[in-house]
Amino acid sequence: MKLGIPSRIFRVFIIASTTLYLAAPLYGMLDFSTKPLGGEGGRTLRAWKAIGSQEDLTSSITVSFAIAIIVMLLVFLLVVPTVIWVHLRLPKLRRPLELICLLPLAIPGIVIVVGIAPLYRWISINITESPVSLAGVYSMLILPYTYRSLSASLDLVDISTLAEAARTLGASTMRTIFGVVMPTIRSGIMSGVVISLALVLGEFTISSLLSYDTLQVVIYLLGREDGKIAVAVSLAALLFVFGILFAIPTTKRRGAILDADIA
Amino acid sequence: MSNNAYVQLVNLSKHFGKVRALDGFSLDIAQGELVALLGPSGCGKTTALRALAGLQDLDAGSIFVDSKDITFVSPNKRNMGMVFQAYSLFPHMNARENVEYGLRMKAHRTSSSERVKRASDLLDLVGLSTHANHFPHQMSGGQQQRVALARALAIEPNVLLLDEPLSALDAKVRTQLREEIRRIQLEVGTTTLFVTHDQEEALGIADRVGVMRGGVLEQIAGPAELYERPLTSFVAEFVGLTNPLPATVSGSHAEVLGVQVPTVAGSITSGSGLALIRPEWFKVEASTSGNAKIFAVSFLGSTCRLTIDLADGARIRAQIPSSDASNLGIGSNIKVTLKSLPVFVKGA
Repeated sequence: MKLGIPSRIFRVFIIASTTLYLAAPLYGMLDFSTKPLGGEGGRTLRAWKAIGSQEDLTSSITVSFAIAIIVMLLVFLLVVPTVIWVHLRLPKLRRPLELICLLPLAIPGIVIVVGIAPLYRWISINITESPVSLAGVYSMLILPYTYRSLSASLDLVDISTLAEAARTLGASTMRTIFGVVMPTIRSGIMSGVVISLALVLGEFTISSLLSYDTLQVVIYLLGREDGKIAVAVSLAALLFVFGILFAIPTTKRRGAILDADIA
Repeated sequence: MSNNAYVQLVNLSKHFGKVRALDGFSLDIAQGELVALLGPSGCGKTTALRALAGLQDLDAGSIFVDSKDITFVSPNKRNMGMVFQAYSLFPHMNARENVEYGLRMKAHRTSSSERVKRASDLLDLVGLSTHANHFPHQMSGGQQQRVALARALAIEPNVLLLDEPLSALDAKVRTQLREEIRRIQLEVGTTTLFVTHDQEEALGIADRVGVMRGGVLEQIAGPAELYERPLTSFVAEFVGLTNPLPATVSGSHAEVLGVQVPTVAGSITSGSGLALIRPEWFKVEASTSGNAKIFAVSFLGSTCRLTIDLADGARIRAQIPSSDASNLGIGSNIKVTLKSLPVFVKGA
């Protein structure tokens, strides 16, 4: 269909204004983080170079990524198979499961903290003081997002027929889930995982109130000493997550390999 | 129960809430036979097929294949090839990988060279050897169902189960694929259960057709027998078009439209009732003193379908050779009589 000139102009206008809206703050961050202290002219990469030398910062980056990886593993190994299983075998539990998964959205972060603070006090005394233990509460926080993207992609294809076809061809339940269902809804799984990753890397409330030094908490503390470094790190983290988001649709890999791995 | 039955479904029952999908349903299928289950939606035909596949648990009943009780065997150990109504090819695999899938599972584990050979043989059999590397989204619905058939046959199934495999396809492809299914089934010799709501499909390719209603088998017989000698009025009305006409019965004969015709078993034996007449059993001739008038004519090629208003106000449909209809048009006065074929007469 050919668009008329007015609607083409309108389209360009929409795209341009959206891009501007999204890019302007990023440009502002870049601008601020490359200006020398004191506001004189010229550019400096001092703040960006300093990222590597801030010990708190590097360790918090490691911690946040460790948490992110643990959360992603939990999503892959626990959430995805559970949602698929309920979808295929226990359709009656779909509504309750959805409700439970959406709860973290309805409960404010501060309430969650009040609720789990005693648990984390116990954990830090008896098990570990490492902030990596936040992976536990984070894997709950991300449930609404992973559940939504999983269930949307499960609804998109006739997954129960595919599963039944695999069953009649001799596949066990595990092989059906890992070899047929998961490759089929791969894009849903990936977007769920990426959203969780973004959420975990950006979470501030809970980690700060529980006094764990994650990336966002350290950025905040740093911002009070040297705003330029804090902004540089925030921008880097944002760009990193953007990069992953944009990379997802292009990694359209064929899933047959996954199945062979299981066998 | 006959002893040469290869598949035996014995007294299957399944209730969904208050709905009785299967209500003491029994069916025997001989080795190499193609049996079609025909019935309106909700009659339990799909439940019966899914029970045989192991995808549907039962309230009661037993299933035997080759004299082995498989009632509680899980679906992945039953060795049944199934083609579904919905497109069911694995979207992330191409045609060849789909066909090979069953062969890679434990139960049918084969060497990779054997798999490649078998997959290409089967794609050949369904006429898609040039599409081996196509993904499902690159194929038409008919092609996808052919691949699904090849995939189901690849595991050399004990029973081939076809769950309305043609109903998502358009009419021309449907007829073509139907004939192909029959050709392949005869060639491979696989015992087959075919579920459909389309009587033309069932009558067209099955060795025997079972008509189901309310979770039980009303009648099972060869297509010709089912059509010509229905045992119940439901079968008579469901299979083929019928015209109910008043009849007076005495013993094994009935008078319909002033013609004496024999009645089939199951008909009433005295008094007045309704005879169920097939469209092609009518004889029509132009006559000014006739008992009917033509309301509409549609030309179907070798035959013509006439919609006829009888003098008593009833409207019937007749199908006659086109050569006999050349001098008939809308509004023609005609005389309608019957060929002397056995008819089913139900109580009025």
